[in-house]
Formats: sequence, C-alpha cells, structure tokens
Amino acid sequence: MKGIHSMIASGVALMLAASAASACTISARVSIVGNEFPAIQTIGAQAKECTGAEVSTNLTKDHQTINVPGMQGNPAEYTSAIIANSSIVALMNEDVIRPLDDLIEKHGQGLKPSQLITIDGKVMAVAFMANAQHLVYRADILKKIGVEAPRTYEEMLAAAKMIRDQGIMENPIGGAYKAGWGLAQEFNNMFLGHGGRHFKAGSAHPNINTPEGIKTLEMMKSLSEYMNPDFLTHDNNETNAEFRAGNVAIMNMWGSRAETLVTADGVSQEVIDGFAIRGPMTVDGGTTPASTLWWDGWTVAKNIPDDEAEATFIALMHAIRPELMEDDGIARQAVWLIDGYKPTSASAGVIEAAEMKTIPYPMIPYMGLLHTALGNELADFLQGKESAEQALSDVEAAYRAAAKEKGFL
Amino acid sequence: MIRKMPLGLRLISSAFLIFWLIMAAFPFLWTFWGSFKVELDFFSLADWTNALFGRNTVETHGRPFTGAGYHGAWIAEGFWRPAINTAIVCFFVVCISLTIGTLGGYALSRAKARYSFLLLILALIFRAMPPITLVSGYMLPFFEWNLWGILPTTIVVLVAINQPFTLWMLHSFFQNIPQELDESAKVDGCTQFQAFRHVIIPVMWPGVITTALFSFLLAYNDFAVTSVLLSETNRTMVPEIAAFLGTTYTEGNIMFAVAAVVSATVPLFILVMLFQNRIVSGLTAGAVKG
Amino acid sequence: MKHRSFFWFFLPTGLAMLLFIAMPIVSVIIQSLYAPHESVLITVENCGPFGCTEETTIDQEATRALEEAKPLGRFVGLDIYRDRGHLAFAELREAWQSGQGIRGVIDTLGNLPFYRAITFTLVFTFTVTPSLIVLGLLIALAVNSLHRHLKGLMIFFSLLPMIVTPLIGSLILFWMIDSRGILGTALQSIFENPDLSLKASSELTWLVLIIYGIWHSAPFAFVVFYAGLQTLPSDQLEAARIDGATRWQQVRYVVIPHLMPLVTFVALIQLMDNFRIFEPIVGFNASAHATSLSWIIFNDLAGETRQLSAAATTSVLTIIGVAILLSPVLVRTWREYRGSYR
Repeated sequence: MKGIHSMIASGVALMLAASAASACTISARVSIVGNEFPAIQTIGAQAKECTGAEVSTNLTKDHQTINVPGMQGNPAEYTSAIIANSSIVALMNEDVIRPLDDLIEKHGQGLKPSQLITIDGKVMAVAFMANAQHLVYRADILKKIGVEAPRTYEEMLAAAKMIRDQGIMENPIGGAYKAGWGLAQEFNNMFLGHGGRHFKAGSAHPNINTPEGIKTLEMMKSLSEYMNPDFLTHDNNETNAEFRAGNVAIMNMWGSRAETLVTADGVSQEVIDGFAIRGPMTVDGGTTPASTLWWDGWTVAKNIPDDEAEATFIALMHAIRPELMEDDGIARQAVWLIDGYKPTSASAGVIEAAEMKTIPYPMIPYMGLLHTALGNELADFLQGKESAEQALSDVEAAYRAAAKEKGFL
Repeated sequence: MIRKMPLGLRLISSAFLIFWLIMAAFPFLWTFWGSFKVELDFFSLADWTNALFGRNTVETHGRPFTGAGYHGAWIAEGFWRPAINTAIVCFFVVCISLTIGTLGGYALSRAKARYSFLLLILALIFRAMPPITLVSGYMLPFFEWNLWGILPTTIVVLVAINQPFTLWMLHSFFQNIPQELDESAKVDGCTQFQAFRHVIIPVMWPGVITTALFSFLLAYNDFAVTSVLLSETNRTMVPEIAAFLGTTYTEGNIMFAVAAVVSATVPLFILVMLFQNRIVSGLTAGAVKG
Repeated sequence: MKHRSFFWFFLPTGLAMLLFIAMPIVSVIIQSLYAPHESVLITVENCGPFGCTEETTIDQEATRALEEAKPLGRFVGLDIYRDRGHLAFAELREAWQSGQGIRGVIDTLGNLPFYRAITFTLVFTFTVTPSLIVLGLLIALAVNSLHRHLKGLMIFFSLLPMIVTPLIGSLILFWMIDSRGILGTALQSIFENPDLSLKASSELTWLVLIIYGIWHSAPFAFVVFYAGLQTLPSDQLEAARIDGATRWQQVRYVVIPHLMPLVTFVALIQLMDNFRIFEPIVGFNASAHATSLSWIIFNDLAGETRQLSAAATTSVLTIIGVAILLSPVLVRTWREYRGSYR
C-alpha cells in the first residue's frame, strides 16, 4: 500500500540523510512534477534532501494534464517532469524539455549508458526504472489442475477452461479491460505479440486493420469469455482486487504491482501462498512476447535559467544515486535501472520480459492518439455489437480525424 | 390542505415515504457500516454476506469492526490537511460569492433597462458551460502568472463559476422584496447604496442564507475545478479522495477512500440538520420564484 | 435604478464572470476554429534501456518556424466541426448514399462518437428531468401531509442524496450494484438470475445511470416544491373544497398551478445540469456503454494527447445544445419580462 511504502521510504530517507548526508547542495530552485507511485515518491523524497535552495514536488496521478502547461511558461513552473516512454512524447511534441548532454558531462558520473534516453543523438531523459506487464498466477490452482505456468495465451485459455470445467473458479482469467487506456494497452500488447506494427513504415498512417489486428481482437474476445462479465469496467485495481479475493487465477499484470499485490488487509493465506509471477506470454506461435516494455525517467525543463536546470539535474542525480540500492525497502519498490541494483523476487517478471526481447512501447508523436482511439472504439466489439473489421476501421477513422486535427496527417 | 386523509391514501402515502426513505438513506448507512471493514469485506467479492458480518475483518483484526481505514486516512495520509483546505475554500467562496452576488442580484432586480434581462440570460448561458472546458482554458495563463496550484486562485474561480446560479437565486428573491421599501428610502434622501444597506440588508437574510447553503455545497463538492487547479499539497477533500482510489500504476488505498468519504459526508449531515428549516423558509420567502 | 449605480453594483460579479467565464468561452470558440500546425516529421534513431530503434519524431526547428509565423495555429474554419469526431458530415453522406436508406444512416449514427454521446445525453436528460420532477412533487406532497414532528426527520433524510458529491455518490452506488454487492445480489435473487450483472450490459448501465440521476436530483425538486407548498393560498383550497372538489381535483386545479413557476425553475436548472452529465459516467466506469458530451470533452483533454481543438469544438456544440434545449423556456421568460415591464 502506498501509505506504508511512502512511510518506509521517508523513514529510510531520514536514516540515509543522517548517515550519508551526502554532498547535495544546490543553488537554485527545483520543482518536480510526476506520478505518485512509491518509487517516484522515493525519488521525490530523495531530491528534497538537497540543501541550499528550495526543492518542491507535486506528485499526483493527474501529472499528465499539468506537466505540459506547467512547463510551457517562461520561466516554467516545473523544472523537471518525471515521465515514461509514452508520456515523454507529449513533452517532446511541445518542445518543453532540454537536451541533457552538457549536464551529463558535468555531473552525470555513475549513470549507465542504458539509462540515457537518446533521441536523434541528444539525451532527453534519464531513465531510472523499468516496467512491463507479465504473467501473474496462482501456483496452487495450476498445480491442482496439473499444468505448468502458461507460456502462451493459447495455454492460458486451455488452463482457464480446465479451471472452469473443474468448478474451481467461474471466471479464472483477470484482465484490465476497462474501456479506455487499459483496454487499448491490452490491444497493443496482443497486437505486437502477433507481429503487428501500429503504423505504416515512416508515416503517421494507421496500420491496424490487418490480419494481425483481427487475430488480436479474436484472442481478446476468447480471453474475455473467461473473465468476470463486468470486465469492461475493471481496471488494474479492480482486477487485482479480484485476484486478492481468490476469484482469478491467471492474469497479465504490471510488474510494478507484483511487490504489493497480495499485501492488503484480509487476503487469505491461500492466495498469498499461491501468488506467483513469470515473464510475459507469447501468442499465435510468435516469439515476441505479447507485452510492452516501459521505462520511467526524469527530464529537465527547457524554459528555465541554466542554474535552475543544473540544480534540478544535481538534485535528481542525488535521488537516483547507486547507494540507495543497498536499502532493501527501496530496492524492492521497482525494477531499478540504477547501477548496483540487485534483482529481487518481485522483479523476475519484468527482467524476463526484457530478456525475451519484448518490444518497448512505441515512442512516436502520434501513438497517444491511436491509443486513445483504440480505447474508445474497441468496447463495441468486445460486447459483440460489431465485427472485428468494423471495430478496427472505426479505430482507424477516429485516429485519422484526431491526427488530421493535430497536424500529423 | 390535507385534513382527514382516507385510510387507503394514508397507507399508500406512508408506504411511498418509507420506500423513499430507504432509497435516500440506505446507501449512506451501508457505506458507514462498510467503512469499518477491510477491503475484501467491503467489496464482498467472494460472498455478499461478508460485508455484513466482516469475515475477513475478523480474520485480520480479531473483531468484525476496524478503524484501520480512518487511521490510515486521517493519521497516515494526513486527511486533516485537505479537510482544512476545504474549510478555507468553502468559507471564502461563500463569503465572496454572496457579497458580490447580493450586490449584483439586487441591481438586476431593481434595474428596468433591457440590458438587465439580457445579463440574466447571459448568466444562464454561462451556467451551461461545462466546467471542464473552462478549467482547461485557465491552465496556461495560471501557470504563466504563477497562480496555479494555490487556494486563492481556486476560490476566485469557484466564485466566478458559481455566480450565475447565485445571481438567479438572489435576483428572484430580491424581486419579492417590495420596491417601495428602497424607493421610499431614496425619496428620503438616501443614495442607492444607502438604501440597500439600511433597508434591504436587514430583510434579505432568509434568501441569502439559502443561497449560501447552495454556494457552500458547490464549493464543498467541487471536483472538476479543484482536481485540476490545486497542487498535491493544497488539495481539498474530494480530489484527495479521488487520489486515494489509485492509478494504473498503484494499488489504491480503497478503504482510506471509503473512510474519507464517510468523514467528508459528516459535516454535510450536520449542516443539513442545522439548516434544513432555513433552506425551506428561505426558498419559501421567494428565492425560487423562477 | 440609475445606470450609473447599476454599473457599480454589478461590477464585481460582472467582472468575475467576464474574466473567468466569458473570456474562456471566447477563447474556446477561437480555439475550435484553429488546429495545431502540421508537424514536420523526421525519422531519427532513439536509444534507451531496451536498445535502439528508428522512430519518427517532430522536427522542432522547422515546426517552431511555422508556429512563430502563426501562433494561433492554422485556421481550419469549421473543419473540426465537420470531422468524424463531431458532426461527421462526410460519414453521414456516405451512409445516406450507400443505398441502405434510413437504416444505414441510423447504424452509422450509432457508430459515431458524437451522435452516440448526444443520444445518451438526450435520453438521460429527457427521462431524468420529468421523472425527478414527478418524484420530487410526490415526496413533497407526502411529506407535507405528515405530522409536524415527522416532517423534520423526513426532510433531513430526503435531502441527503442531493448534498453528497456526485462523484462520491456515484461511487457508493457503483460499489453497491456490483454483481457481488448488496444491491446486485438482491436483484439477482429477485429476478432469479444468478448471472445478472448491471455493469455488463449497455441497457442496464443506462438504466442505472438514469436511476442514479433521479435519485441525486429529486431532493432538489422536493425541497423547492415543499417550500412552494408552504405558501399555498388556503382560501383557494377552501373554496375548492366547498365546491366539492375531490382530493385529486384540489391537487390538479389548485396545487399544481400554484407550483407551476417552480416547476419551470426546477426544469430549467435540471435540464442544464443533466445535459452536462459527467461525474456519474466516471464514477460508474460506464464509458464502454454510455458517453456524454462532457465526457468526450474530458476524454479529449485528459492524458497524453490533449486534443484542445476537438475539446473546444465539443464545448461549443454543448453550449449550442443547451441553448436549443432552453430556448422554449427563454422565449417564455422573455415574453413575461416584456409583459411585466411594459
């Protein structure tokens, strides 16, 4: 739970501050906007240790609606935005973040080359953690029906059928299929797993009304038949709640949730003991996992004086210093990309996803528009109101209208 | 009107009222009851009777009720801070919007020129604007001028968004105060403002209090404005509850949210209990004669 | 009142509305006529923790030159109003010409986001508004007939659904109607259908939203009507009673005409509020089954994409919709106004 974790994080932060009080002095204002999950809370708390000037943070789930306007002014309200590979695009599109090459040369010792997000040869962000959706399952249930953890979606369906037929669970598959962002994300996973590409090469023209797209939708439909009938209203939180209640045995879930998934009050021992994770599954005989890789990282605003940019960089470098990885509480919060991180049991799924060459979420200026269109238009198909072809052509039409408006087509 | 009600009608009427009473009150009672349970019982995903008897709560805490949600919300997550922010926002929104609203509503009710009617219609159309659109328009200038994220900005915006409704309520209320009152004061040599101050203000309280309650509810319950215009540290209660519910990335503190929902509803209960007669008498005095 | 004193009295409230409502509306209208510049796209190599890929990005230098020349963006006139996300003229024309006649057009309408949203918005507005007025009136009449001591209690409980935040109120009900929740389970046993789920079907979701809408707003109608009943002219009722009017006739010919101005007031406010329905759709996670105009605006503004022009266009269409909806009431008020001041 967030509360407990942020308490641990801040407690640890205090301890470290006392012991290491390590050199972090800054001379200008630092103001950070970002999401609110535990790993980012830690980054924020660590950055606040810096002395010499004010460090403020605004960590909220609405960060995406405020980071662009908050960085467009001159001088910008926020000197840094913490973002992921999907949301850096909005900042790039509006040209509100600065290249970090000179700052890295000056203060960036200890960064691993893989942490640098380079766009057209310029470092635009520093990544600190990775994430991916992967298999989460109940080992005890699968043992009961005598199968191994599924490695493909076809095996997942077969296992679900056995669980249902043997009367163990009515709706053994969990899925965050809530209409909107989550549903679209599940489509992306499955589509990439089928070998699909979202856009025609080198252009903004959509490319999803394809055989891969149709197979994707059909697989999603088959899965949904083993889900709670209300699946179109279930997001990650509700899906996890079903898992905790013992109603779900297999699901595709975010790696960042693995650590805390079964820690809530009142979860039965059976569920806690049976909880297990594996890397993402493949589909339709493919070798690319039906999932996407994500990173979270920080940026530095463009419309601020150079001394504020430098102070921001120093504070954030302090927040991701390798010594933090020695603290078990912090190390377990995420799959850190920071030097010195030793994988924990909760990180196995994400690490396996990376090893399996899962495709990173596309960092393309118009991907967000397609994602939105998918989220709005696919629900009709899953409710059986229209054919897969119709749904996909609706998505393409909705995307085209939006992309025309935004000047991409 | 109702003198001797025939028995049949009385029965139907009572049955209907009991039905409505259950409809209106049961969801609150249920949530209050559930707020002392753990998440799995509150949502009773396994078996609905868990929500009644708290099977998982007993297993975790040894008794069927737990204050863990309240402890988490108020102490671990510091829900008192949004509560104070809400109090500040509500106090100033009500005061400011009534001060400028009574002046404006009074002027509209006494002006005979055509523009006063047009202003009223314009206010009505302003009220039709979805608040989300307005709010998205504020973002850039507010950031530019360093006004974003702080309580005063939110207060001013809520006052402005609330003005059309306040004006309409007070306008029709003032229309029911006889014009002769202030006219005769003016004949006696008062200026318009003195007439307002000495003659109208003493008799306007029933309508103003009713309007105040509606302004208060708007400020207290607002989500569209506060969730977008306030920074994390300055949040009021409603956006804070929304934040407890979690994101795609984090597990929500659902039971904190439920406890916070119950806590946030208590002041409203007390308010309605204290002021319900005022609401009715204020409305009776004419604030609603459309 | 003199124009001068009117000006000073009205200045504060007028200024607040001008700055925070009128100016944003003007900027929204302008926004809806402009779209961002065409982006100059280039293909570059992106590298990160998971290796390097060739990807497209925006050529900032070239795009900035365009933006500096025309900071508002490109003028597109009514193009956004006509596109698929809004009035979708091209799609409708195509459907009309496809030879399937009215059926084809209706099918297409059901598939276009704007028309789908407006369908739900109108169904919601026109079922909820009359129902809540009738329900509010019935409660007011019933409460008014109660004994003095019971009245206070009933008024207190009747006001509860109105005072609770819409987002919270809809969340509470959403939790209760889950197929494992108390109401969901109750309905399953009443209809003897263990698979019944209110959240899984569009029709039932609509029904739930409508019932929520009535539940939430009926108290407002109730308290207004109840206040109106307190000023009921007793001599008229007395006269009607002496004339031998039945109870129903008294209500029909004395009470309802007396409350008519209040009905107009409640209808006006509620038509407007219901037309803007938004929070319940979020609270009930209902967007797969029901969307509204406000929800489309929210969805366009949210997240990474921020389609400002599309949101602005939907906002303008919403205002126009409300204006049309209210026009009968406005025209009537205008007539009354001219009548009363002439």
